[in-house]
Amino acid sequence: MRMHRRTVLALAVFTGLTAPSMALAADDTIKIGLLATFEGPFTVLGEDGERGAMTAVAEMNGTVAGKKIEIVKGSSDASPDSAVRAARKLVEQDGVKVLVGPLSGDEGIAVKDYAKTQPNVTFINGTSAAQDTTLRNPAENFFRFSTDGAQWMAGLGTYAFKDKGYKKVATVAEDYSFPYTQVFGFMAEFCKAGGHVPSKSWVPIGNKDFSSVIAAIPEGVDAIYVALGGADAVNFLTQYQQSGGTAPLIGGSITVDQTVLTSKGKLKDVLKGTPSAGPTADTNDAPAWKAFVEAYKKQPGAFPSPSLFAHGYYVDMKATLLGLDKVGGDVSDGGKKLREALSSLSFDTPTGKVSLDKNRNAIADIFLTEVTEGSDGNLLNKLVKVVPQVNQTLGIPEDEFMKLGAVNRDNPSCP
Amino acid sequence: MSLAISTPGATQQNWLEKLGAGHIILGTALVLYPLVASDFFLTQIGGYSLIFGMLGLSLMLLAGYGGMVSLAQITVAGISAYAIAILGNNNSNVLGFGWPWWLAVPFAVLAAALASALIGWISVRTEGIYTIMITLAIATATYYFAQQNYAIFNGHSGYAGIRAPAFWGISWRDAKPFYYLCLGLAVLSYAAVLYGSRSTFGMTLQAIRDNPRRMRALGYHVTAHKVFAWLLAGVIAGLAGVLLVWFNGRVSPGTIGVDAAIDVLIIAVIGGIRHPIGPFLGALVVVLMQTFAIDIVGAERFNTLIGMVFLVIVFVSPDGILGLWGRIKPHLAQEALRPGP
Amino acid sequence: MSLLDRPSQALSSGGMTLRQAWGLAGLLAAAVLAWLVFAAWPDWLNAILISKKAFVSAILNGITLAGLYFLVASGFTLIFGLMRNVNLAHGSLYLLGAYIGYEVTNRTGYWLLGVAAGFAVLAIVGVIMQVFVFRRLEGDDLRQTLVSIGISIVAADLMLAVWAGGTYQISTPEWLDGALTLPVITAVRSNGASVFLTYPLYRVVVLAAAIVIGVGLWLMLHKTRVGMMIRAGVDDRAMLQASGVNVHAVFAIVFAVGAGLAGFAGVVGGSALSVAPGEDVRYLLASLVVVIVGGMGSITGAAIGALLIGLAEQIGLVYFPTYGIVLTFVIMVVTLAIRPQGIMGKAR
Repeated sequence: MRMHRRTVLALAVFTGLTAPSMALAADDTIKIGLLATFEGPFTVLGEDGERGAMTAVAEMNGTVAGKKIEIVKGSSDASPDSAVRAARKLVEQDGVKVLVGPLSGDEGIAVKDYAKTQPNVTFINGTSAAQDTTLRNPAENFFRFSTDGAQWMAGLGTYAFKDKGYKKVATVAEDYSFPYTQVFGFMAEFCKAGGHVPSKSWVPIGNKDFSSVIAAIPEGVDAIYVALGGADAVNFLTQYQQSGGTAPLIGGSITVDQTVLTSKGKLKDVLKGTPSAGPTADTNDAPAWKAFVEAYKKQPGAFPSPSLFAHGYYVDMKATLLGLDKVGGDVSDGGKKLREALSSLSFDTPTGKVSLDKNRNAIADIFLTEVTEGSDGNLLNKLVKVVPQVNQTLGIPEDEFMKLGAVNRDNPSCP
Repeated sequence: MSLAISTPGATQQNWLEKLGAGHIILGTALVLYPLVASDFFLTQIGGYSLIFGMLGLSLMLLAGYGGMVSLAQITVAGISAYAIAILGNNNSNVLGFGWPWWLAVPFAVLAAALASALIGWISVRTEGIYTIMITLAIATATYYFAQQNYAIFNGHSGYAGIRAPAFWGISWRDAKPFYYLCLGLAVLSYAAVLYGSRSTFGMTLQAIRDNPRRMRALGYHVTAHKVFAWLLAGVIAGLAGVLLVWFNGRVSPGTIGVDAAIDVLIIAVIGGIRHPIGPFLGALVVVLMQTFAIDIVGAERFNTLIGMVFLVIVFVSPDGILGLWGRIKPHLAQEALRPGP
Repeated sequence: MSLLDRPSQALSSGGMTLRQAWGLAGLLAAAVLAWLVFAAWPDWLNAILISKKAFVSAILNGITLAGLYFLVASGFTLIFGLMRNVNLAHGSLYLLGAYIGYEVTNRTGYWLLGVAAGFAVLAIVGVIMQVFVFRRLEGDDLRQTLVSIGISIVAADLMLAVWAGGTYQISTPEWLDGALTLPVITAVRSNGASVFLTYPLYRVVVLAAAIVIGVGLWLMLHKTRVGMMIRAGVDDRAMLQASGVNVHAVFAIVFAVGAGLAGFAGVVGGSALSVAPGEDVRYLLASLVVVIVGGMGSITGAAIGALLIGLAEQIGLVYFPTYGIVLTFVIMVVTLAIRPQGIMGKAR
């Protein structure tokens, strides 16, 4: 009797669950996987990424080459392991042939490694901005139409040295790959221009107490380059101001964002005039950008202005759809035609023309900004200038650039 | 279970009977599973559940027989996973000594076992509920350290490009061989724990759990027995760590984070820590929930769901699903005996 | 102690007791520290320890951070001392207190109201947890702990649902802003003017609050009737119950105070630093290590543990950021190896 029931249980468990949902997509729909952080502390960013991607889908009225677009979502918690697990589910269980994502740097590298094991699936980046996703050991089927963290810094080092006249700068940044990439991008230019960086502070992730770090910054630096996530920047600035510091700041791409600019208190005076750079700018008057903002705002729960993540996912999803359109939505050949179409794709985004280099990484415009006080008294990032068509080696010849080595804590160095 | 022990003619039947009908059916089902399952279900559900089942098993061994609830099992697994990445090959351009698998694996498991014994030695110096605190502190400290140390752990990015080896003409990273590899090691660990629990050592350990003072008075070396249990648990967790790094192809601090540490506890508690099969059951339930939550309830509130399930289990049935089953079974049996209407 | 003293007394011909030797060593250490803080540093010392400013700031930050850690850990140790309840949801209580403090401060504009709300709401939450959850599992340490883990998982996720992943900063009132100038010279400018060390006023206030609360707790435990009951309960719960005291009422009070302190620390800590998901785990870890080192159930132990861990963390952050966590860890392991029950803990 007992045995019998166990048999039934065992059979139920092992057959009922095994039927994979291999329901092949009908001919008139095309499945696209969308991988972003829908759980964990980055949920808000992942959801804005989704809004960006859906803006691109809405622009095509939900169809591409006469086929209906079906978006299958995959969720990670921003850890590389979970990103790969989600990608595997999308590819191996849900059967997507085209996947857009992921969101953060280390996830990108992990998904690129996974992409190598799935040559018949086409992967298009979300917003992950680590350099080595495409620069070293690239995967043939991983495309990035958004730029990397070093590219985002294009023009900033030169601007700080020449226009601002900073000769000695200390850096404070979080201790992982994305800030390394940003510091690298800034210093590559700044050191080349003749500047010096006598001290680099790498702050453990999640640390909120910067006071000891601030005390260790050498006196007599002209400015401090800060690459901390928006809210941590507020922490840093508050504590810096409390400890009586006065040196001006230079911001990383996610440092001087709206969280920081709208914060209350006496930070305003410290922040005014802070230069920064990134793939978007608040006061971009280009009609294409304004149209994009309007389209983005139609998405449910949209922010007043699209974040960097909405922008990145939009650009990558748009490129995916354009590529699919070119090949008539046909990926039955293992996506070979699609990848050829993507490689040669060049199109106009809300932030200018985007094309790919030989490593399938974007060449695009970068925006140099500076914090100014708006007419209503609020701070905003004013567009200073557009650095046109920045490539992954920041305009430095490739072999010379590769000689600089992979980004890490100590590279580059110019004390 | 069987009374006919001394009948010489019935040796074979006896052996089968000793194994138990449940085991035979379960074993057959698991061996035949690849015939019906897709690759995804083989590795992402089957293999992954077996790996986390082994982790849960190593916790069950400590908690169920030794009364020591550890939150550092994923840390131990992480040590062997990192060891594989460091001693073998990785494509992160850091370390990677290129040892062959048959050398790297024993070393990795040994390192994990020794680390586990060390954690055990530190935590058995205090009693009872302290263990859970100390192991949680160790797990978290290791996570933060791995995140910031580049010389050994390669920091936040960890190691990538680690591949399961190919030997005996089989590529073990393919779905079916990998599933059987996981299954083989899981069955081995399961059998070892089941056998060990009935051995002298197992009995002594359980007696120490129930009354350490009396066992000490009887002349048993309580600390040595406990630390040895940690060593054994470390071997199982270390093997699971090797499988885990081959499964993911990578290892990073996120792999051994606090969330993962608590996941292992959840798996063991949901499944039940009275019998070694419990953790595997718990792992299957949790992995299925984790994988398909996004299709059913959305991924956002997944942790609330799993936390609630965990709370209900702890409140209603301290012995997990196994305990629940144990309670329902008599009712069902009575139902079946009752004459029809 | 006196038993140990005798042989050493016989050994040291100068007639100095061990206690005196320790005293002398302590005085020497204090003198070196005083010199480090007040004297102008020679260049070689600057070369080793980055700069005097960095060193003295790290020490001060360590001490003020210890104040915050003490506030969190004292509630944890109090609850454990009486009820044998390892409340692993203590970090969640801290984070919830911080969020509530943020909401109240933000809406009313009064920071002190936010602090009070953080304490009061969490005290109520604590009583609810004790009455509806932990009392049902009384005497089952393991299940209580498991339940507290379950609560912390659900709480973390629900807080993420309500307050999302952003970072909040509780704005402190004007009178707490700004910096104090300390009589410590960090450098001498070329024109001969001395540069004095400035230090944020708020952090000094946090430290003062921690000291006041620590002394208050000690007085409550040692000078009041409730405190007497609590201490009696720590030593022998069954006896206390037998002598007619309503143990459950005492339990509820202790849980209220412990959880309230966590909430209070949340608002205070959230104003000094910031409030974000993940902070629950950080402060849970800090509390765990502090009480493991200091000794479970001892307020004095929590103070000593907090001081050690706070200093280790800040000095580590400045001088070896990579191995900072290892320093904390080593302190814990060494304590466990030498004195498993913690520095001030009682052997059971």
